[in-house]
Amino acid sequence: MKRLVTKIGFYLSVFVLVSPAILVFLWMISLSFKNELDNTAFPPVFIPDPPTFKNYVDVFAQNNFALYLWNSILVTGGAVLVGLLVGVPAGYGIARGKATKFAILILVARMTPALSYLIPLFLLFQMTGLVGTITALVITHLVITIPIIVWIMIGYFENVPMELEDAARIDGATSWQAFRHVALPLAKPGIVVGGILAFIFSWNNFIFSVVLGGKNSRTLPSAVYNSLTFEQISWGPLAAAALLVTLPVLLVTVLAQRQIVAGLSAGGLKDG
Amino acid sequence: MTATTTISQPLAPLQQPATFTHSADFTPRYWLFSVPAVVIVIGVIVFPWLFTLYMSGHDWKIGGGPEFVGLQNFAELFRDARFIESMGHTAYFTILAVVLPVFFGTAAALVFHREFPFRGVLRTIFVMPMMATPVAVALVWTMMFHPQLGVLNYLLSLVGIGPQNWVYDPNTVIPTLILVEVWHWTPLVMLIVLGGLAGLPREPYESALIDGANSWHMFRHITLPLVWPFIMVAIVIRSIDALKAFDTIFVITQGGPGTASETLNIFLYLQAFQFYKIGYASAVVVIFFVIIIMLSLLLLYARQKSKWNA
Repeated sequence: MKRLVTKIGFYLSVFVLVSPAILVFLWMISLSFKNELDNTAFPPVFIPDPPTFKNYVDVFAQNNFALYLWNSILVTGGAVLVGLLVGVPAGYGIARGKATKFAILILVARMTPALSYLIPLFLLFQMTGLVGTITALVITHLVITIPIIVWIMIGYFENVPMELEDAARIDGATSWQAFRHVALPLAKPGIVVGGILAFIFSWNNFIFSVVLGGKNSRTLPSAVYNSLTFEQISWGPLAAAALLVTLPVLLVTVLAQRQIVAGLSAGGLKDG
Repeated sequence: MTATTTISQPLAPLQQPATFTHSADFTPRYWLFSVPAVVIVIGVIVFPWLFTLYMSGHDWKIGGGPEFVGLQNFAELFRDARFIESMGHTAYFTILAVVLPVFFGTAAALVFHREFPFRGVLRTIFVMPMMATPVAVALVWTMMFHPQLGVLNYLLSLVGIGPQNWVYDPNTVIPTLILVEVWHWTPLVMLIVLGGLAGLPREPYESALIDGANSWHMFRHITLPLVWPFIMVAIVIRSIDALKAFDTIFVITQGGPGTASETLNIFLYLQAFQFYKIGYASAVVVIFFVIIIMLSLLLLYARQKSKWNA
């Protein structure tokens, strides 16, 4: 009897923990598939009946959603790509060369608020005429992607045994070849984790695009935010747009949850 | 140099001749690998910091030129009631946005540490809020907080609680924003503490069971001290993130109603990009920076201490 009570109590706590997480997303889905009448009904209508796709059609028809989607892909794709190109070797160099000072700098960069770089960068981009361009956004998003990737790669390369690289160098390989053909393939899981996390944080970023994005260069989060303030938009299309913005990230989370969990707990521990 | 010392043990016999012929390969210049990243980090992070420090000593509005004023921006800040008020809001917000997720996240980690059906799926669902785009989620919360049409007031009415004004009332706006923050970031604490629980040794529990300890005693005297360093890490990360919380506050309230939810970061944003007081905003950044560095050092120190005790 006592066991049964403990068991019920346990499942109740699982329910209490998980339901807020899922309910917000379910409500988002519900809003996005209901017509305007049902969305403003009180008491609220929970199940869309019949479900309508009009909100999704409106999102693409009435806004430049496709353009902003493309901007997001360019900015995040560019920042993750450059982040990997320079961040992976840097993580290797720091791990092998024990460059603690640079590692601490990266850590401090992760801790300080985005606005601490944003004001000077804004002035700089204004002087060079880059405000409102995709290039400016890619450059600022490097502030997000490089520290994450470097930090995760340090952890991975520290766990790659050095003996193999040494053996390669004894056989006449240069440092670069030892990195490229020995250490790099072994650190592949780390590259995947770093790439995924950099993608998520860059995709989700809001403030850089709010400040630096122009009418035609802003990324999805700030575009959706702007549609909230500048036009009197109704709930259905807004929920549909919000869902579309976050969908890629949620899909990646579901598909790669094992790697993400590993990366975040490793990265989290490293933060100490 | 360090590289040679670590490998010299197993490879000692081989190393002698190899060093002779390929001496360059045995003193790899690892710093070369970091050069591109260092250049970018200096360009987009270090230079902006130094430039901010420079600007904080100037009266500078966008469109006008800089005029050196020394520490006047800082003196003015500490006389600015709105700045002082925003510091208060930040402290209030940060304390609750650290304590509550750490409490719930630790509890969640204890739950997810146990085996139960569908654990993997449920854990993925539980982690989803921290991955979701903050702006997208904030928009949905805004709709849920609507005083007349929002679903939250309807749910409250079902259990007999009257309608709340949520973010539309200066008295409830910060607790409401904390609710969103807790929803968002409890999973991160859970993941960190779960990582700690995964590495726990079994022996102390076995001997405690023999001694007849109940589960609360085992949690209080074995689990908690052992995972405490992980909880400290979670507290460090959470404190820094809560201090610089921006997206959800900005989307849901923009610091309002009035200035009731204007935190330091929102104040900073408004000074810089709404009032274009660049010098003044830079002074805020400098103060912000100092607070974050001091807090990190304090918490790292606490973690070091907790490590010795654990």
